[in-house]
Amino acid sequence: MADQVILLDFGPSMFGMRVRIALSEKGVQYEYKEQDLRNKSPLLLQTNPIHKKIPVLIHNGKPICESLIIVQYIDEVWHDKAPLLPSDPYQRAQARFWADYVNKKVYDTGNKIWTSKGKGEEQEAAKKDFIEVLKVLEGELGDKPYFGGQSFGFVDISLVTFSSWFPSCETFGNLSIEKECPKLTAWVKRCKEKESVSKSLADEKVVVEFLRTMRKNLGID
Amino acid sequence: MASSSEKVKVLGFWVSPFVRRVEWALKLKGVDYEYIEEDIFNKSSLLLKLNPVRQKVPVLVHDLKVVAESYVILEYIDEIWKQNSLLPLDPYQRAMARFWAKFAEEKVFETAWNALCSGGEEKEKALKIAIESLEILEGEAKKIQNFFGGDRIGYLDIAMGWIGYWLPVWEQVGCMSILDPLKFPATSAWAKRFISHPLIKHNLPPREEMLVYFDKRSKELSSISQGWIKV
Repeated sequence: MADQVILLDFGPSMFGMRVRIALSEKGVQYEYKEQDLRNKSPLLLQTNPIHKKIPVLIHNGKPICESLIIVQYIDEVWHDKAPLLPSDPYQRAQARFWADYVNKKVYDTGNKIWTSKGKGEEQEAAKKDFIEVLKVLEGELGDKPYFGGQSFGFVDISLVTFSSWFPSCETFGNLSIEKECPKLTAWVKRCKEKESVSKSLADEKVVVEFLRTMRKNLGID
Repeated sequence: MASSSEKVKVLGFWVSPFVRRVEWALKLKGVDYEYIEEDIFNKSSLLLKLNPVRQKVPVLVHDLKVVAESYVILEYIDEIWKQNSLLPLDPYQRAMARFWAKFAEEKVFETAWNALCSGGEEKEKALKIAIESLEILEGEAKKIQNFFGGDRIGYLDIAMGWIGYWLPVWEQVGCMSILDPLKFPATSAWAKRFISHPLIKHNLPPREEMLVYFDKRSKELSSISQGWIKV
């Protein structure tokens, strides 16, 4: 029986992008359903009643939520191709640790810049925190081509999707990630050479416009 | 299965529920380990060396390999020592266990802790979310007979085990009612079964000392700036 795979997603979402990359790495055919987050569909509310958020992967009728949980699920189900997590338990633990670090630190510190109310102490503190987190990640990357070593994997997937939002740091926070984190910038470029990444990442201009609208709605600009 | 020559150490703090998760998992698998107490208010050079990024306990050391973050450690333990598996084999069931563990951590644990360490409107807001989230968990607890892992304790039981022992202490210290047994009979019954399990009940911090610790700690934290834990 052929697999039925549906992804409920939202273009600019760095969390949704993670799932798109994972599905693409595995060569899984799926139906992409763009969601209107201001007018949530019955399908979204039914498949993720608790958080009412995207991404939601629906595999043969069964919904899975939370982007990194979905990515691990994809890796376990379609295990015969392009492993996303290493096979060694210790390497897997390291990958999970760093993906967890990305999850806990990058969005919250970045969000403070994208929604900051203007140049001042608060924005400067937010920029400092964000760069500190990225520098820790740069340290972990070191001289490796990917966080996973020679192969693109779980940690790369968890972080690279934020690169669509980096130009927004410049537009709304006057912060050039390219200047501050050259190693990370080179790593992003390397990841984008993979088709699974380049076709899954949101267009940076789309993200800027999305943020512009959101900031207006929040009364920031 | 690990041979007796492989050394396992756990760096912990006596009252931390995160550390106990790791110890419960090791005990359930029958793995011997050396426990090293860490003073988290005066971090040792050992802790800073082993976990420089987060500087937190628990840390597991297995031979020369260092693993940090309680959920990451649980999955590592489950993969190294295959007896009495914690996570189910089926990928969908595994995803569900991980989902509920994350939900309980973010919506019950963090909010209950926030409620304990804050006052006024912030406390009320946190309490509301904690109780609403427990209502959702109650629905899951109603589906089980014994443990979330089935007949044996599993990943999700370990993840949420703090509810049966730390939460009542926080309720007492913070003068709050969160896990009302009349409102949440299934969750309360599961929590009691978990805490009474022989491998768990002999591996809990002393209650009286917990009351003293959390009373002091919550007062310290409420006196600093509000909104430091996101609700």
